[in-house]
Amino acid sequence: MKKMSFEFDKKVPREKAFYFFTSIGNYTGEKACSLKEFLEKIEKIELKSIEFHLHRGDFEKWFRDVLGQKELAEQISLLRKSDIKGDSLRKELHETILKYSGTV
Amino acid sequence: MKIKKNRIILDEIDWEILRILEENAKISYTDIGRKLGISHSTAYDRIRKLEKYGVIEKYTIIVNEEKLGAKYITAIMTIYTDPKESENVARKLTESDKILEVSTSLSEELQIIAKVIAENQEKLHSFIAESVAPLPGVLRIRTSIITKRFKEEKLPIPHLNEKFISEK
Repeated sequence: MKKMSFEFDKKVPREKAFYFFTSIGNYTGEKACSLKEFLEKIEKIELKSIEFHLHRGDFEKWFRDVLGQKELAEQISLLRKSDIKGDSLRKELHETILKYSGTV
Repeated sequence: MKIKKNRIILDEIDWEILRILEENAKISYTDIGRKLGISHSTAYDRIRKLEKYGVIEKYTIIVNEEKLGAKYITAIMTIYTDPKESENVARKLTESDKILEVSTSLSEELQIIAKVIAENQEKLHSFIAESVAPLPGVLRIRTSIITKRFKEEKLPIPHLNEKFISEK
């Protein structure tokens, strides 16, 4: 395993956490306060939520504006523009973050 | 109007006056008197008494927002909370000018029902994601955006009179 390129498990305050919704105003009850938690959540969160946030650009916005990870935000932006859907999207999102964090 | 054991008791004429004023708060005392077969001074005295004892709290207006071109969306949020935190969540919600109503409801789980307004769906979502979901004790949220309103009234006075005041 490579050395992590940044603080993978550094937590942000709860008001800056990522809150997982499935549609406008429908909060699942799942949140992530760090990239590590984010990765854990996207393994099990319903696909509808991943598709909802990816399509809106919420993931890249959180990575860039809250975690300060511009490069990761750009990679997620490319993923958004691709046509990947369903479980492949979940897998791709997971792998992109893992690769970026230097844990693979 | 009588006061018995700290409770205000209205007679039929008082209830009729309230019903008439509910329809049209600008009606004259003379017209009220004519409708009820009483003098305008009796109507005046009764209304002053209803005001004095707070039965009539205030006279207000209903603004037709459509005529002004006001554009906003209304949604109903059902917020599932940790029972220990629900009171705090409800109180916190009342502080926002985007929230019009907050109530708690008893069902299988403790819920808070809140009516919220926003300029558009995006602003509604931002408000919920940034100001409601992060409140400690919020477990999950279901939101329904109102698309068409068929009726919106306060509790009508006849119901207050006949059905919803318990005689003790």
